[in-house]
Order: sequence, then C-alpha cells, then structure tokens
Amino acid sequence: MEIKNVPQDDSSTYGEMKKAIYAKNSNGKIKSIGSTGWDVEEVVTQQVIDDLKQSEKEAYEEAVSGKKSPLYYHMYALRMDLAVLAQSTGFFQWSIKRDFKPEVFSKISEKRLQIYCEVMGKTMQEITELPKVSYEGI
Amino acid sequence: MKEFKHTHHAHCESGVMSSMLRHHGLNISEPMIFGLSNALNFAYIPFVKIGGMPLVSYRSIPKSIIKNIQKNLKIKMKLETFSSQKKGEDRLNELLEEGKVVGAQSSVYWLEYFPPEIRFHFNAHNLLVYGKEGDDYLISDPVFDKSVKCSAKSLLKARFAKGMMAPKGLLYYPLEVPTQIDLKPIIKKNIKKISKYMLKTPVPIAGLRGIRYLAKSILKLKTKPKKYAKLFLGNIVRMQEEIGTGGAGFRFMYAAFLQEASELFGDDKTLKDASKLMLEVGDKWRDFALVIAKAIKSKNEIEYKEISDMLLDIGKNEAIVYRKLLEFT
Repeated sequence: MEIKNVPQDDSSTYGEMKKAIYAKNSNGKIKSIGSTGWDVEEVVTQQVIDDLKQSEKEAYEEAVSGKKSPLYYHMYALRMDLAVLAQSTGFFQWSIKRDFKPEVFSKISEKRLQIYCEVMGKTMQEITELPKVSYEGI
Repeated sequence: MKEFKHTHHAHCESGVMSSMLRHHGLNISEPMIFGLSNALNFAYIPFVKIGGMPLVSYRSIPKSIIKNIQKNLKIKMKLETFSSQKKGEDRLNELLEEGKVVGAQSSVYWLEYFPPEIRFHFNAHNLLVYGKEGDDYLISDPVFDKSVKCSAKSLLKARFAKGMMAPKGLLYYPLEVPTQIDLKPIIKKNIKKISKYMLKTPVPIAGLRGIRYLAKSILKLKTKPKKYAKLFLGNIVRMQEEIGTGGAGFRFMYAAFLQEASELFGDDKTLKDASKLMLEVGDKWRDFALVIAKAIKSKNEIEYKEISDMLLDIGKNEAIVYRKLLEFT
C-alpha cells in the first residue's frame, strides 16, 4: 500500500486514537504513518460492539424480570462471557451457571461473592444490585 | 537519568522492545524487532474460542517477541511476575525510582486511557512505564501516537487481570544492552527459519496450512446461521486489522523488515524483491478484508466460495514470497 492510499476515515471506533500503518512512499521506501481509521475495520469492530451490547441488553431484561441474577447482567455489562468469567475466577462453568439463578445467588457465601467482586471490579453492594440503565434504541 | 522519548508504533510488543532498546542506546526499528524475533505467523485454532469465536492470529504467541529478542540478540532481560498485587506495585515503583523504563503486560479492558469502544478482554497488551506523577503513571503505549497517563488503580487492575494469558503483573527490562550488534547473521538465520516454517508447518492449523484450513472452514459456514457466519468472518478481519497489526495482519510490517534487511546487505536484490512481493500480499489481505466488510453490511447471500478462494490465492502468493526468501543465502 502507498502512503497516499492509507485510509484516513475518522473511525468512531478509534476514539481519539491514531494507528500506525506501514506503507511505502513514492520512492518505494516503507515507513510507518498514522491513520485515523478505516471504514472496513470500523464495520467489523462495530459488529462485535453491537453484538456485545445486544447480549448486555438481553441480560438486563432477564435480570430485571427476575429470571436471572444481577451477576448474569454484570458479566455481560463487563463484556465478559461464561468462559472469561470461569477462567478469571477459577470457578467451574456449571457452578457459575448456578449463580445465575436468583434464588442461588441471593444465598451465595460471602467468600465466593468476594471473588466475583475482585474479578469484576465491583463492591458487594454493586454486584448484588441492578443499576438503572436504558437500552432504548438497541 | 536519560529522558525517555515516546514513539508511535504499530504493534504493542515489538513497539515496546524497540522503544526500550533505543532508550538504552541500541538503535533498532520496530520492523527489525519483528523480523528478528520471528514474529510473523498465521494460525487458525478452531478449538480455542475467544468471545465465542475461534482463535485467528497473524503473529506468534504473546511474549515470544520479548523472549526471541532476548535469545537472538543476546540481550540480558529480567522478567518478573508477582504473587500479590502489593508486591507487583511496590516493585514497579522501586524500578521507576531507580530511573528504569519498565515493560509491563496488561489487560486492555482495564486500561482507562483506551477508548471505551475497543476495551476488550485481551490480557496480552504490552506498554512501557517511564515515570510517576502523584497517583498517575506516565505510560508510553506503543499503539498510541502520544504518551498517556494512567491512574495507579487502573494500571494495577490491568496488570493483575485474571484468565487466559493472565499477566500476573509481569514487568520486564533489560539488564545489559550492547550498543552495536552485527545483525546480518541473525537476519539470515531468522529469514530462513520463518520461510521454512510457513511453507512446511508440521501442524495443519498454522503457517500456510492454517490459511488453507481456514479457507475450507469458510466454505462450511454455508450451513451455519447467518449471524454466526458474519461474526466468524468479521473476527478474521478484526484479528487482521484491529489490534495493532501495522495493517494487513503484520504483512506490511514484515515487508518493511525485508526492505531494511535488503539495505543492510548492500541493496540485496532477493530481499528487495521479496519485500515488494510481501507488500503486494498485504494489499491482497486488505482486499480480502474489504470483501468481508461488504458481505457483513449486505443483505444478500454471502459468497463463501469467493471469499474462500481469495484466501487460497493469498496463501499461494505468500508461498511465493517464502520460496523467494529461501533463495537468499
């Protein structure tokens, strides 16, 4: 790719960031140059962001309606999934799934809850409650 | 104490190593670090899932750049991990007080200076810490165009994130850096090594065999739900472009390495040609990404055969580069 063709598409997924791309100048010399984004990359990043947001919204609705515990919602709100949460806590996946049941989660031991708190960066109070969030438009 | 100078790089690990060694008086570019550490690769590992998607990687495993530079350039490095957060934080402060610049492994998700959009759970992000101001660390993150600040709380959480590839607070710094190294024999050896590896990987999930395997798997997406198929294809492109790759899954950066190597060998023609070819291969990867992005946006049926064929064609073109490189002796 030539430097003059390096996309500068101001991708929203870059925030204020620029990314270094290697490309050649008119003499064929390859150099690193800053790019403000590429539409193609934005499509695939946005795709996964939307997918995560969708999971978060569904989890919120299930938690609000009492089908699932707040833990289930917090997991998705932190962009985690069962695999990441299991690897991070060291708990078996099946035992985490049990904690997704509101009646099990309400009786969880303090020790176990503490581990969730640490991994998820939450206080005991935060993790047992649902924040007020609006998912309109998703 | 020598003042530290931040440089914008394409990739975190090669960027940290390049910045760190330059700070210690060894003038070495990021592409040179990348090439000399044999970091180019391709791997498609369907049984390892990240965010529900199979692992696709265009580079060698995390930490291999640090380790291979240590080995190939005979630079003495110290790597330290910690059993507790307190020890890890104290040690970092101690090293900074000694005036060192320190490499650290961290999780992108917990680094507050990243744009929220791209804060994903990726535990193998590398950055350099070069100072502390009050409660903030001064950080040279290679993939940012300017140096940044990060609160002690955020950095600590990021350094001790748990899970796959957990950093365990990893800190690293060189103990002794030579200011002159004859790079030529190291270049020769590693170009040969990577070319042979990519052409004849013993396992079907890596090298050019990995590319062919992925091409086959794309054909099988036909039978899967469309949403999954689109996420699967999007994941390939994300790994190729998104996470500090220098564009085209590190192929552009490797072309830069080959060009620099050619210059060191008195404008060696084989290396020069290989560099040009690799740059073209990179362009093909970008075309592949473009076709996938269009397919994701489109409501029409996905042309799996076309996408798969493009990938096979890329594999063939990469093979030409590696065969060319084997002519360089």
